[in-house]
Amino acid sequence: MTFFLVSSFIKMFVVFNLIMVGVAMLTLLERRVCAWMQDRLGPNRVGPQGILQPAADGLKNILKEETSPAMADKTLFTLAPLVSFVPALVTFGVIPFASPLPTRWGVVPMVVADLPVGFLYILAISSLGVYGIVLAGWASNNKYALLGGLRASAQMISYEIAMGMSTVAVLLLAGNVTLSQVIAQQQHGLWFVLPLTLGFVIFFVSALAETNRLPFDLPEAEAELIAGYHTEYSSMKFSMFYIAEYSNMVTASALMATLFFGGWDIPFTHWDDTGDPTVLKTLLTLAAFSLKTFAFLFTYIWVRWTLPRFRYDQLMALGWKVLLPLALSYITILATAIWFIRVQIGWLYGPGMALILLGVNVVLLVALVWWLDRGRIVSGIAEEPA
Amino acid sequence: MFDPKGFFWFFGVIAMVSALLCITRRSPIASALWLVVTLFSIAALFVLLDAQFIAVLQVLVYAGAIMVLFLFVIMLLNLGRPGPSDIKGPLGLGVAVLLGAAMLFLLKPLGSATLPTAIQLPAGSVAALQQQRGIVGSVANPLFDAYLIPFEIASVLLLAAIVGAVVLAKRKL
Repeated sequence: MTFFLVSSFIKMFVVFNLIMVGVAMLTLLERRVCAWMQDRLGPNRVGPQGILQPAADGLKNILKEETSPAMADKTLFTLAPLVSFVPALVTFGVIPFASPLPTRWGVVPMVVADLPVGFLYILAISSLGVYGIVLAGWASNNKYALLGGLRASAQMISYEIAMGMSTVAVLLLAGNVTLSQVIAQQQHGLWFVLPLTLGFVIFFVSALAETNRLPFDLPEAEAELIAGYHTEYSSMKFSMFYIAEYSNMVTASALMATLFFGGWDIPFTHWDDTGDPTVLKTLLTLAAFSLKTFAFLFTYIWVRWTLPRFRYDQLMALGWKVLLPLALSYITILATAIWFIRVQIGWLYGPGMALILLGVNVVLLVALVWWLDRGRIVSGIAEEPA
Repeated sequence: MFDPKGFFWFFGVIAMVSALLCITRRSPIASALWLVVTLFSIAALFVLLDAQFIAVLQVLVYAGAIMVLFLFVIMLLNLGRPGPSDIKGPLGLGVAVLLGAAMLFLLKPLGSATLPTAIQLPAGSVAALQQQRGIVGSVANPLFDAYLIPFEIASVLLLAAIVGAVVLAKRKL
């Protein structure tokens, strides 16, 4: 019991600090990548290659004057940054980030809490994050902020549904909602991104919308709403919204790596998930997990500086008229296919089943892209009369 | 070892106090937020009963979706500013206290009552079931097997409610 408490406390402490440092580095990475894509240098003055820029930013935010609008609801105005900050950080708690670590006192699983409801816990807690944004928008007593908050609540509820639906396919294959089981299943067969390609696409798009990142950052939309829900926020409170957004990105990336890319699994080898746990395995699997998460974080930044913002009606139409029906029909088709393979042919999850499902997915993907394109981008423009 | 009773009292008191605050606040936004706190602490009570799945659904559906929509509507109609109190005068207050006391009095026999053996589960059977079928499976199996028809009827009811809401909201379809 004492061992459990002490190890849990250490894990919480380490994970919390790693995420905070990661978030700080991520803000720098975002600016450097943005500069790189726009062919300029970006912040490179503070420390070597600007590595200390986040520290300078943090210091600036703490020292800045904190303004509070006269007609704001003081309690909620102060509470809102906290409400968006806490769920963003606690969601990471159920994601396994490395293979178990052997210590002198026993084997420590490398996850803060491997809850039996695992992945549902993430959905539940991340659905609370919207309160922070909505309350910030309302408590500011500012029309632009209120519009941002309203947009956020509508957007996050809409895309939460598509996100939840797209992961049902993962649960169908894994047969369990515990994330460690999902990873174990992928280690024995292929990564779920192959048999569930379309599910991953839906999940990725919804995750962009859930974290309020471009092309779906309508709650902020600086071109129309000044800064949306955090228009009235300054100094450290503003910074907390920022940290919340980036830790949501970290969690979403880690979740994508876990659900679809094998979590801490090292590909093409069973060395990491069989036999006794060793420290070397823990370190290498941690590196694999970090690398996968980082790849998604980079994709987030890449998408942000590539795509323009959606219009609000386009956002709603995409969520309700495209992603939700798509996810629902995808579950139906996939459940039928899995039932057929499992019951009629009698295979359990393995490379054979994964490859058949991959074939199904490729057919669906081609049909989807053809329908979304409708002869406009992929094939049409050159042939259209000018 | 932890004593789960301590957690029960902790979350139970939070649930009671926030429920009281929910019905006594004048600002609709504050009421809605206290209701979220109530729902959250009830979810914690579900966890203490080994019903983690129900707890997660409680947070996901009620706190995460329904209450967000409540807030959305309150803000959209700009009802957020404090209005007059719902409690009308000392007479209303007296009647409310009296009725509340009567209800608490009716709860008193529960303290000495025991469950009839017909609906009692053998000790440890829930844990065994969860071990065997997983935490979601132990809810899903009966739901989609023995109780499939009631479940589907409930979904038809919900569908009717959705269609009704759309018709009411959009007079011209």
